[in-house]
Amino acid sequence: MEPLALYLHWPFCKVKCPYCDFNSHVRERIDEPRFAAALRRELAAEAARDGRRPLRSIFFGGGTPSLMAPGTAAALIADAKRLFDAPDDLEITLEANPTSVEAAKLREFRAAGVNRLSLGIQALDGEALRFLGRQHSAAEAVAALEAGRATFPRLSFDLIYARPNQSEAAWRAELRQALALAADHLSLYQLTIEPGTRFATEYARGAFALPGEEAAARLYWATVEEAGRFGLRPYEVSNYAKPGAESRHNLTYWRYGDYLGIGPGAHQRLTLGEGLWAARRHRAPEEWLARVEREGHGRVEEEALAPEDRARELLLMGLRLAEGVDPARLLARSGLSLAEAVDPAMLAACLDEDYLEWTEDGRLRATDEGRMRLDAMLPVLLR
Amino acid sequence: MPDTPLDRIRNFSIIAHIDHGKSTLADRLIQHTGAVTAREMKDQLLDNMELERERGITIKAQTVRLHYQAKDGLTYTLNLMDTPGHVDFAYEVSRSLAACEGSLLVVDASQGVEAQTLANVYQAIDANHEIVPVLNKIDLPAAEPDRVKQQIEDVIGLDASDAVMISAKTGLNIEGVLEAIVTRLPPPKGEPDAPLKALLVDSWYDAYLGVVVLVRVKDGHLRKGQKIRMMSNGSVHSIEQVGIFTPKMAAVESLGPGEMGYVTAAIKTVADTNVGDTLTEDRNPAAEALPGFKPSIPVVWCGLYPVDADDFEKLRESVGKLRLNDSSFHYEAETSAALGLGYRCGFLGLLHLEIVQERLSREFDLDLIATAPSVVYKLKKTNGEWIDLHNPADMPDPSVIEEIQEPWIKATIMVPDDYLGPVLTLCNERRGRQVELTYVGNRAMAVYRLPLNEVVFDFYDRLKSISRGYASFDYAQDGYEAGDLVKISILVNAEPVDALAFMAHRSQADRRGRQICERLKELIPRQLFKIPIQAAIGGRVIARETISALSKDVTAKCYGGDITRKRKLLEKQKEGKKRMRQFGKVEIPQSAFIAALKMDA
Repeated sequence: MEPLALYLHWPFCKVKCPYCDFNSHVRERIDEPRFAAALRRELAAEAARDGRRPLRSIFFGGGTPSLMAPGTAAALIADAKRLFDAPDDLEITLEANPTSVEAAKLREFRAAGVNRLSLGIQALDGEALRFLGRQHSAAEAVAALEAGRATFPRLSFDLIYARPNQSEAAWRAELRQALALAADHLSLYQLTIEPGTRFATEYARGAFALPGEEAAARLYWATVEEAGRFGLRPYEVSNYAKPGAESRHNLTYWRYGDYLGIGPGAHQRLTLGEGLWAARRHRAPEEWLARVEREGHGRVEEEALAPEDRARELLLMGLRLAEGVDPARLLARSGLSLAEAVDPAMLAACLDEDYLEWTEDGRLRATDEGRMRLDAMLPVLLR
Repeated sequence: MPDTPLDRIRNFSIIAHIDHGKSTLADRLIQHTGAVTAREMKDQLLDNMELERERGITIKAQTVRLHYQAKDGLTYTLNLMDTPGHVDFAYEVSRSLAACEGSLLVVDASQGVEAQTLANVYQAIDANHEIVPVLNKIDLPAAEPDRVKQQIEDVIGLDASDAVMISAKTGLNIEGVLEAIVTRLPPPKGEPDAPLKALLVDSWYDAYLGVVVLVRVKDGHLRKGQKIRMMSNGSVHSIEQVGIFTPKMAAVESLGPGEMGYVTAAIKTVADTNVGDTLTEDRNPAAEALPGFKPSIPVVWCGLYPVDADDFEKLRESVGKLRLNDSSFHYEAETSAALGLGYRCGFLGLLHLEIVQERLSREFDLDLIATAPSVVYKLKKTNGEWIDLHNPADMPDPSVIEEIQEPWIKATIMVPDDYLGPVLTLCNERRGRQVELTYVGNRAMAVYRLPLNEVVFDFYDRLKSISRGYASFDYAQDGYEAGDLVKISILVNAEPVDALAFMAHRSQADRRGRQICERLKELIPRQLFKIPIQAAIGGRVIARETISALSKDVTAKCYGGDITRKRKLLEKQKEGKKRMRQFGKVEIPQSAFIAALKMDA
């Protein structure tokens, strides 16, 4: 049976960041014991389906899961280890914000079993942090990074680049400073305007401009180059790691493995019997809570994915990875061969253009040039 | 009902440049003679089509019967034949004029004579019309009646000393126009007892009545129940209804010599009625037909395609319905790799093209795209055979062509002399040959011979812009001439785009080729692969642009919760590709070709 990546969603934030389109909510008062109980109940209900599974990783995401009581995390980790077959080196990641309040709780999360910290730093420049609506200062960010490194065996953090008026030189300087503080993993995202966010409204109004396509491409190359100097390789479009330090949890998504998503709005892909099933849960925290308390779970939609759907999903995720896609894995996971899943003429054209290449062990991978044009490539390549 | 005595009938038409007040004058004449009540009155009474009202032009000929009690105490029947003013419809003008004995020449007292006025007034003179000059808008401060009278005499050679001075808008001196019609225009001639001879002026399809035929009786009578014969093809029809326009249709017992009206006779399609034909009585036919007209021949062709391929069936029905009413509109099915299924359509000219396109989009609710207009070339092949080329995409291999001839026109341009320089430059750029250049006051009249294909390509727009809208333009066809013409193919990713192929004179080829390549470069969005755009004559590339590949397009964040959304987006993008045209490994949105063609028009 496919080993499982377990995602646990804590849907609350202190404030909503203007660029964020995640399922996060701001509430005056949160009945944490009830939410914790509901998460545990939903986890138990999902684990009881279709036999006992091996567990590969746990990821607390959000929202801001570092706002949870560490005891809640501890209880969920203990449940997961009981309900699934967990290895000794189970990767357990927590997303956290670098405000001083949250930084103070880090040791308790470590004690609860979290062994990997992912900090939402986003920028090391005060003005940029204000633009991004972050609640922390550059100094707090540095302090949180140092505390995180001292407390957790593994540490990653996020930065957002291609911000308004950001020059390549300024980004290189900021990134170098970040790399000096980094451990073995970084997520470096190009700023994207997502529909429905405050940024979308402001951007449409012309309140700020973003670097153009050419400038964004130059910033991307600068990012790859600077990270490379510190020994961090882009193993995925926006993720950089030293060899062996890749996020095992996120690799499960990109390798199109099974993952279980618990909590409001969480998605999952689960092998049940012969089929691969996609499900999502109710997004609104209170409605999700009511459903779990009433029915034992908050799933609102569950469907078996057709072979074409599985092939498309596997390829759209797998080609984000530097390691690419194994055609044998495609066949096993979707039931379609590569020749059935892609347009052979377009495959040839992409190979010819050096957007795609075959690895020595027979995997199909996007080259650096291809990966940075993936959204344009997929619709012409996939059937 | 007895016939109206011939000496109490006046048949007349109105000749005017667009905006000089023809329709307004017609409205006033109708109003003044009480043909419609105040309640029924609306502007441009005779322009039935929405499009005619909106653009202030007349497309189809119309007629109305008026009763006027003149100062001599007698009541006259006045038949007004409203004619289209534009050159494209010169053919309709000529048949309308043939049904009348006189014309009112309406000239704007501030604007003076325009190019279009000239063409129509010469037609009226050719038709032996008595012409009464009418100066309109004399109430405007800018009116210069004396100067304009002088101009009419100098340019047209008509005595304008007795011109009727009016303001159609305010109704000033409408009585004077009516008196002039009665006293200065001749009554019709005709023999009531001779065998029937009626001129078929126009015909159209009416959803309730079938084909309605507009006629002018020369000799004899038209009556309900009568069996009539079309003299051109011998077909016989039984008349169901005879009537007049008041301007509403009103049935009458009969129509006698000199009268105008309509007949219906269970005729299936407009194509069965040849405009210019003579109607006679089957039992007692006339010995010879009235002088006919030469049939209308399309001079400009273009492809019409539905923007949405699913609308093709609707387009098929719509062009069929349109043709019922417009026998000068021609069409044949055509397939384009770039635009899908559509029709190759023939028109009398550019305005006709524009009007048909607008009627299709408006009356039939179709979103259409037109390819660049092309004229009809005459090709002589090396085996001696001559062929007509309507579509540049159908051009045979140049090696089998001995000679290509293109249609020429004789263009008359009137323009204030401040703008004459640029106008002459434009004509010369377009391979024009000056025939005549004269001045009337501060206005110049330039007569040029020009190749029609230089005119269908944005000539009007250029002329308007360089003269700030002051130049007026008219033309008449003026034969064919051999020319050094080449077919220019546009290649996207090394594959020809049939819809963009065009013919041009060799001297213009490089410039036009470069222009369209540059446009396409702006219109085609960058995509995964770089796209070469080329213009070529045969195998020789004359212009080239390259659309570079886009440099970055990838979602920054994509995790477990994003997969479903990404896949659905992908499926939507693939669906969107159905509106794309494949050129090797690149797909071009049809909208880019549509935009390129729109910029051409």
